[in-house]
Amino acid sequence: MSQQALQIVRISGHPGPVPGAGVERTEQVCKLVDTTTCIGCKACEVACLEWNGYTFTDTVFDNSYQTMPSTAWNYWNLIKFNEHEREDGTLQLLMRKDQCMHCADPGCLKACPADGAIVQYSNGIVDFQQQNCIGCGYCVSGCPFDIPKFNAETKKMFKCTLCSDRVGQGLEPACIKSCPTGCLHFGTKEDMSFLAESRSKQLREHFGFDKAGVYDPPGVGGTGVIYVLHDVTNPEAYGGLPKDPQIPFLVRIWKGPAKWIGNLAMLFGVIGVTLHYFRFGPKEVHPPRDENGGRP
Amino acid sequence: MSTRAISSPRTTGEPGERILRYTLAERLNHWFAALTYIYCLVTGLAFWSPYMYWLAYLVGGGPTARFWHPWFGLAFAISVLLMYGMWDRDMRITEVDRRWQRQVKSYIENDDQNLPPEGRFNYGQKLFFWLMFWGILFLLISGFGLWFVEGIPWSLRWLRYLSITVHVIAALATIGGFIIHVYMGTAMVRGGFTSIIRGEVSSDWARTHHRLWYEQVTGKSTRPGSEIDN
Repeated sequence: MSQQALQIVRISGHPGPVPGAGVERTEQVCKLVDTTTCIGCKACEVACLEWNGYTFTDTVFDNSYQTMPSTAWNYWNLIKFNEHEREDGTLQLLMRKDQCMHCADPGCLKACPADGAIVQYSNGIVDFQQQNCIGCGYCVSGCPFDIPKFNAETKKMFKCTLCSDRVGQGLEPACIKSCPTGCLHFGTKEDMSFLAESRSKQLREHFGFDKAGVYDPPGVGGTGVIYVLHDVTNPEAYGGLPKDPQIPFLVRIWKGPAKWIGNLAMLFGVIGVTLHYFRFGPKEVHPPRDENGGRP
Repeated sequence: MSTRAISSPRTTGEPGERILRYTLAERLNHWFAALTYIYCLVTGLAFWSPYMYWLAYLVGGGPTARFWHPWFGLAFAISVLLMYGMWDRDMRITEVDRRWQRQVKSYIENDDQNLPPEGRFNYGQKLFFWLMFWGILFLLISGFGLWFVEGIPWSLRWLRYLSITVHVIAALATIGGFIIHVYMGTAMVRGGFTSIIRGEVSSDWARTHHRLWYEQVTGKSTRPGSEIDN
């Protein structure tokens, strides 16, 4: 997507330095989703489609208000509905806007082998660059939120861009602009965190939601999308929001120590056989007369 | 196809005589396996490390490499399966191999006279064969987990992580074997490289490196006290 005004600070599958790293100090942008004031109108879903140029397609009805079971390559923003039964037996209709979380430490970027297919801008937005995507799907393995989606026809991965093209031009993301209740906010991470904390405090002190809190998971370094939840101790109830999202352990091993151990092993293998040749040389063929039966 | 297919009536083991070591089918299959493996190696290394991603450009770029890598892998697996059909009998580990294994230091240091005579394949070759056989089995199974991007549902995502891990470990193991195999076949054991192209070795070569096989195909004994000097 557009990157005119955005400096790139991290590049997937990239050897060597990154042009925008350490160049400028930029405010981290953040989307705040207050699930307690969401009414499930799906205006953000429509705005997302319109801005990004997608049209409605066939979907799956799953006995819920939810548009489809999960986000799709051409449907990046989805309100997840859950009829949550509370301990006292009463029902609570939970609605959470699901989209890319724009992790500070993005697992998709870490797992991606294609140079430049996933970038992180200095304002924190994680963006896919489809022209560099090879369609391997490793980003799916790196993501703890099930966000990257595959277009089987073009063999490219897609996800929410946090409207990097709009944000780069000083506009707020399309979903934010469309929200009629003001449950969506956009601004700096600092401001949004402050706003989210005050709203949580309000919920705890004035609305009886004792467990209200802010969802900004530290396991992925914090996220560029944060939630205010009625019950922050049970994020799974909000359409499967993971409690403690992390880049999967095996993915971290694979992209961390395994890489160096493997590379060194291959290097030493090549050096080893070369040294062997210098030291011992080729095996000679013994003519029959030298043999004496061949046994010592 | 086993050793019996190799021995021809004309093989007498006379000095200077050429002995058929690999049939045409064995040679073609070997090179089919080599080609497909090397393609998977080059593209796999490109996906493995950003410092080797340039390798993908040699074969048409990242998306092309990603598209063909699984297909070439499948072709390699089929080739190894054929190899198994051809060589399974010759590749079984025997008592001789166990004695050879204890003397492997002599083999590495080219003190081959200390080694027990080996059959058509020595213990090292057998190890390489079984490494590749089991390696491709694990690569194939884990590769299916990686091939179809959304083939594994989110609820079973641990399979994804396992596939990646198994694929990496198996690939690295085969690369280790591959490095040694190429080195030995081209530089260390002279005559080996031509034998897998034209299929023939000299009788001296056969007697030196695979005496039991030499005795088998020529019907000659080279044991002490026998007609060693013909």
